[in-house]
Amino acid sequence: MPSLSPLVTIRDLNKIFESRKGLFGEPRRMTAVNQVSLDIPRGQVTGVVGESGCGKSTLARLVLRLLEATSGSISFDGVDLLKQSHGAMRLLRRRMQMVFQDPYSSLDPRYTIADALLEPFKVQGIRLTTAEARQKVEALFAMVGLDARFAQNHPHQLSGGQRQRIGIARALALEPDLMVLDEPTASLDVSIQAQIVTLLEKLKHELGLTYLFISHDLNLVRYFSDRIVVMYLGRIVEILPDAKAAPRHPYTQTLLDSTFAPDPTQRRDISRLTGEIPSPYNLPQGCAFAARCRHARPDCLSRRPVLETRSDGHAVACFHPLT
Amino acid sequence: MTAPALDHSPGFLAEARRTTLGKVFLSPKGGITGAYLLALVLVALLAPWITPYPYDAQNLPLASQPPSLANWLGTDEFGRDVLSRIMYGARTSLSVSVTAITVSVFIGMCLGAAAAYFGGLLDRFITAVIDLSWSFPELLIALILVAIIGPGLTSTMIAIGVAYLAQFTRLTRAEILALKNETYIEATIGLGASHSHVVFRHLLPNAMAPVIICGMLATGDAIILEATLGFFGLGAQPPVPSWGAMMSSGTAQIFKAPWVIIFPGLVIAITVVAINLFGDALIRALDIKSKIREG
Repeated sequence: MPSLSPLVTIRDLNKIFESRKGLFGEPRRMTAVNQVSLDIPRGQVTGVVGESGCGKSTLARLVLRLLEATSGSISFDGVDLLKQSHGAMRLLRRRMQMVFQDPYSSLDPRYTIADALLEPFKVQGIRLTTAEARQKVEALFAMVGLDARFAQNHPHQLSGGQRQRIGIARALALEPDLMVLDEPTASLDVSIQAQIVTLLEKLKHELGLTYLFISHDLNLVRYFSDRIVVMYLGRIVEILPDAKAAPRHPYTQTLLDSTFAPDPTQRRDISRLTGEIPSPYNLPQGCAFAARCRHARPDCLSRRPVLETRSDGHAVACFHPLT
Repeated sequence: MTAPALDHSPGFLAEARRTTLGKVFLSPKGGITGAYLLALVLVALLAPWITPYPYDAQNLPLASQPPSLANWLGTDEFGRDVLSRIMYGARTSLSVSVTAITVSVFIGMCLGAAAAYFGGLLDRFITAVIDLSWSFPELLIALILVAIIGPGLTSTMIAIGVAYLAQFTRLTRAEILALKNETYIEATIGLGASHSHVVFRHLLPNAMAPVIICGMLATGDAIILEATLGFFGLGAQPPVPSWGAMMSSGTAQIFKAPWVIIFPGLVIAITVVAINLFGDALIRALDIKSKIREG
């Protein structure tokens, strides 16, 4: 019986990176995540899209507290994450795991695959007998569709797709509720991408997982997600309540226009973006997208639109939405 | 030589070639120097049983004798056998430099890891102190320390350890700064690992190889430093022999009995060269050349 409250509730989350030149230099502030509020419903896939540098990976790390937020709150199943001590946070990590983009660097080259799969239990202080450990490793291999004969191999002996399966198995070891998938297919071949996505879908149904799926590939997000969050320069500009909803924000429309259809006969005009992306060190006063937006009017430059949710759950931060 | 045939034989040699140590000992450079160093360590360990004479047996009528069948490397001004004293001296020189460098490598790795992992003010503090000591020659640091603590073997070890601490700390810090950004570190933290698990199970094991090689090469320098301190009379105190102290006493009669100074000097030179060549072979076998030279 799924409860109706969202698994994760994010409110007014901010992350500002400061960099200094020298000990006494004036710090430069870069706002990577700006006033983000978002619910991640249980058992669903929440997709986050946006171009590189829009803060989507930072958001993923903030949700898992792999980075410390500058301000705001994150509630995980009713627990205020940002108020947890280091020790309490370590225990909570059993329930939230991440799959990383680069399967080549997400496994310690010195560890055998079996050791990598057993490490989650070790760091959480869960003692396993030799028989239990073997059983766990075999179960995890089966879960991600890999042959257990790889157990004593080292990561460099595996292909990218195989390593990503190990990355997923490692994340599943502690039976988490939330899985944050940070571009899990971005560094894989297209044919392998499809396999990994299929695997992730299967696991979601079998284990009742909640996914936060980060990607720059709108086609993939539309295929995989129940809801889609569109980010631009650290802010959420649109939340599509279902994957097939028509975009209302001009930026989402442009993203959609720039995706390719796998059909060479289909020729169409691509509406290219003109203009510069504002520097995240010096955000404009008005709408951050205004400089590149074809629909921008004078009021877009002076005031910043806030995210407003329609009755159907479709939210958009734009003064002049498309529909 | 039938070297190419070795690669095809499924026997012991082919098997040995696959391991790092096998590669080192089967290369000409590593094989010869490795054999010499092993022999030296054995001599040092077994010195009380295998030396022809006790190191402190004086025989004044036979003082300053040239090399002969009875005393292969001659005798010094008290008639003590130079060969026996060199063999005993190996105990002092090797134990002092190896102990000092081992402890120094260990402390350097801890300091470097702490600085790189925690960053911030701790990093600034450790880096500043280490860089400051890095700007002085090792001999100067060692001399100052021995002057403060007083002469003797323990203070020699402390002096050598501190003198070489900077390079191990810097190398470890640089290695760990690079490793820290690997995704598997973030992944391990994401699993709920403690700081010590991340540092001791992931960062240090991956950073260790170049630091240990660097320590190995520094052992050669440490032998020279130990000999230098011994030469100044700041190391091992008589009658305990050390190579440096033997050379020092040999200067008094350098024209009358040159073997007293030449043979310990020769052993120091050969040992240091052997350690360096062996280290080179090890670097080649581990394929980490670029990392060592940056330190």
